[in-house]
Amino acid sequence: MIVGLDVGGTHADVVLLGHEGVLNEVKVPTDPANLFQTVLTALDQLTADVDPHRIERMVMSTTLTTNAIIQRKLPQVGMIVSGGPGIDPNLYRTNDHYACVKGSIDHRGREVKPVEAAEIEARCTKFKDAGIRNVGVVTKFSTRNPAQEIAIAKILEDHFDKVFLGHRISGNLSFPRRIVTTYLNAAVYPIHRQFFEAVQKTLLQKGWEVPIRILKADGGNTSFEASIDYPAQTIFSGPAASVMGSLAFGSEKGETLVMDVGGTTTDMAVLVDQVPLLDPLGVELGGHKTLIRALKTHSVGIGGDSAVRFENDRLRVGPHRDGPALAKGGPTPTPTDALVIMGKARLGDREKALQGFAPLADAMGLGVEAAAAEVFEHTCRLILAEADEMIARINQQPVYTVHAMQADKKVAPATILVLGGPAPLLAEKLESLSSRKVGVVPRWAVANAIGAALARTTCEVNLHADTEQGTVFAPEEDFQQSVAPSFDRRQARRMALDLLQTKAVARGANAEHLEMEITEDLQFNMVRGFSTTGKNVRIRAQVKPGLIHDYDPVAGRLM
Amino acid sequence: MLKAKNKTGLVFFPAFDWAIDPTHPEREERLLYTQDQVVEEGLLDIDGLVELKPEVVENADVERVHFCLPDPQAVMTESHFISAGGATTIGKAVMDGTVRKGFALVRPPGHHAMRVVHGARGFCNVNIEAIMIEHLRQAYHVDRVAIVDTDCHHGDGTQDIYWHDPDTLFISIHQDGRTLYPGSGFPNELGGPNAIGTTLNIPLPPHTSEEGFLYAIEHAVLPILADFKPQLIINSAGQDNHFSDPITNMNFTAHGYAELTRLLNADIAVLEGGYAIEGALPYVNLGIILAMAGMDYSHVQEPNYDPEQLRQSESVTTSIAKICQLVRAYWDHRQAIAAEVRAKPDCQTRTRQIFYDTDGIHETQDETIRLCEDCGGALRIDSQSDRGRRLLAVHIPRKACAQCQSQGHAWFEQADTKQYNLVALQDRTTDSYTVRPA
Repeated sequence: MIVGLDVGGTHADVVLLGHEGVLNEVKVPTDPANLFQTVLTALDQLTADVDPHRIERMVMSTTLTTNAIIQRKLPQVGMIVSGGPGIDPNLYRTNDHYACVKGSIDHRGREVKPVEAAEIEARCTKFKDAGIRNVGVVTKFSTRNPAQEIAIAKILEDHFDKVFLGHRISGNLSFPRRIVTTYLNAAVYPIHRQFFEAVQKTLLQKGWEVPIRILKADGGNTSFEASIDYPAQTIFSGPAASVMGSLAFGSEKGETLVMDVGGTTTDMAVLVDQVPLLDPLGVELGGHKTLIRALKTHSVGIGGDSAVRFENDRLRVGPHRDGPALAKGGPTPTPTDALVIMGKARLGDREKALQGFAPLADAMGLGVEAAAAEVFEHTCRLILAEADEMIARINQQPVYTVHAMQADKKVAPATILVLGGPAPLLAEKLESLSSRKVGVVPRWAVANAIGAALARTTCEVNLHADTEQGTVFAPEEDFQQSVAPSFDRRQARRMALDLLQTKAVARGANAEHLEMEITEDLQFNMVRGFSTTGKNVRIRAQVKPGLIHDYDPVAGRLM
Repeated sequence: MLKAKNKTGLVFFPAFDWAIDPTHPEREERLLYTQDQVVEEGLLDIDGLVELKPEVVENADVERVHFCLPDPQAVMTESHFISAGGATTIGKAVMDGTVRKGFALVRPPGHHAMRVVHGARGFCNVNIEAIMIEHLRQAYHVDRVAIVDTDCHHGDGTQDIYWHDPDTLFISIHQDGRTLYPGSGFPNELGGPNAIGTTLNIPLPPHTSEEGFLYAIEHAVLPILADFKPQLIINSAGQDNHFSDPITNMNFTAHGYAELTRLLNADIAVLEGGYAIEGALPYVNLGIILAMAGMDYSHVQEPNYDPEQLRQSESVTTSIAKICQLVRAYWDHRQAIAAEVRAKPDCQTRTRQIFYDTDGIHETQDETIRLCEDCGGALRIDSQSDRGRRLLAVHIPRKACAQCQSQGHAWFEQADTKQYNLVALQDRTTDSYTVRPA
């Protein structure tokens, strides 16, 4: 059995899955001030009669680190950054203790200016004096040559709890995003570690010796042990949980748009042949643009509890939420109230909804029932318009080869899958307003927790070879070798897949059922003068986000 | 978060799978390190810098500018349709106001491609700036356009296309044609008899450095632009004036390019040449993008930059001042010069030999322009290549007067199709391209 747990902003959803399907499901309110208690309450309710030895593992998705980042409640960390030519790295300051130091590396990974040890030592002392425990180190082009980051870390490592290095955090280019991502990892590290150690300890006290997995923003999980080195990978995993819960119901061939309608927002994602699309760069959260691998999701400020008002002859929905629906004692009309008035939803006090809706209906020049119908339809139209915009944006993604231009694969989902609280109430209306088929994800209210439970272990490897310099390396893996001039993309692909397999298994993947794929495969002849002097090879490989092998049928039988 | 002062659009199409041939300078790898630098700098995350997906131009866009033998598909690869499309995408975004400025970082380049196209010359098959400009004229009714070509090689293709157009000011700044391909671009090349002065050439001596380039911009280009009052300024932004370029002899720098970009304040920049793909392009492109966006570029500097080594000699400084003075004088006295030129009995015709170095084709052209006070003049080109292909090309300009229109039609209809492989009429008044059946 597997436990899947998704702690969201308002509710924590938790399910117990056996090979035969969902055995139990529980929904408890989230206490944002005490997530630890929320988790324990949910687990206690779920597993009251279950023998803990039968539980193979627990997969969790929480808002813990996400909230800490959004609410800017992060502990002090130290950042050491070196730029070299280009945009002034002082402009990327992430926090108070942020030092730009000497040293630079060019785009081929050649050292241009050395690091000065004395400067780093001075910074080290300053950080220690400020009581800093964790440090991030990022140099420009460290993914082409990590030597300077490593040299700086050597000076620092004995003085701090943990030193995070940019090239280990992500093998992708983008110096500013690498700075932010390294900073976030260092900053959420103590929060993340403390929380999950506490969960593990409490479970052990109850006699649960269950491995804990944590869901990541890319819709895959990672073992708690592995997450310690990359804690920020677990931020923003909520939308991924819902997408993974919908996966099995997407079209086997072709594209499906997934919509998770919540209280404050609607989150959208796209599945292609039941595989979710990934963001080409990484999570954006609370103004931070990162290199954290993530599903491509689009969040719209329209949900069941969005504030509805009539301004300048126009109906407006969201993006803010003033509180719960009128029917539940809230202050402002909401789409949920429209459903209550229309008799579609039975919750709270319909009288309160009718009363609170009256001024809005007056402003619209309609009766209350007609106004409610209009609000409901308008909300659905807004959500669909946002969906169209997301699809258009995906199709506007630039490509860099003639071949890709000619192939020009357009995303055009024929189906929409809805999940979240009001899913069944919306589906019919959405379908009548859209040219796409609209379906509801089975177990729509806890599909997110099911998604967390069934997600695979995912990871990525970036490999870079430069045969003119005679090197191949994978920055995130701390892997470096010399290569012969004959080394080529074929060998590079094999090397990347080997590294990926090792990495995935170390993080908890089932070695027998690894679905690996090459996602970038470029080889350039390097020509100097008029002769070829080497090859420049760039390979990226990943474990495809998807559902674990042995539980696949479970999801299927949920229908 | 960083913010661009000018909202700037960027089309990046490095054509990573296209080369003229494997070891040709115009090869797959050319923009690889530029892409690395642009991505590593995080330029596309800057608020106000937007990447746009290039469109693909149609035959009609190409035939608004060129006469291709026998047709566009025969002389263009898919990559040319995309790079011309990339330039057009930027032009449209600027005209639509979705961005204030834009830079098409595309390949292959185009500024050596002339009106008649038998094949590739100077790594160029079709003129991507001209295809964009004529598209904008058609779709947005833009009239007066200035092109400032800062590639190290003379922009002879663009010069040829706009030779007779009084509404397009073409200024090329380049390494002296006596020392570099294509061997043209001298100050006395001023345009055809109906458009004297709207073609200007500023050849600079080898080893010109930052000081000399910026002097030419400030003392020749900017005052002339101020006089001409274009609605759009296009920069053919070649990057081969760089001190590390392998096929030229200039001493320009990344910082200098950024400074030039700021001074010129073009609406649209289109990448042309530039083959120092590691030492120059990553830094030059970064500088140009930051300067267009109105951002700080003072930290953009090549690793091997040494201002002492790049200082230009006194004689270079003196000769640049003289050339700029000469070009200013030509511009100021363009009407008098035009009167002189038009008084010559043979001013309506010229015969030229054109060599397509990339494809090894020799072409002979007999060109006739109708002298006209009211428009650019009907143009007739009789072109023959050493591959045995002969073309009669008739061009009726965009704002052609009635007489030039009928002259153009007469040339077209009276041509003996038996003598030509192709008889074509490019009528810009109706935006049509017509071929006489053989």
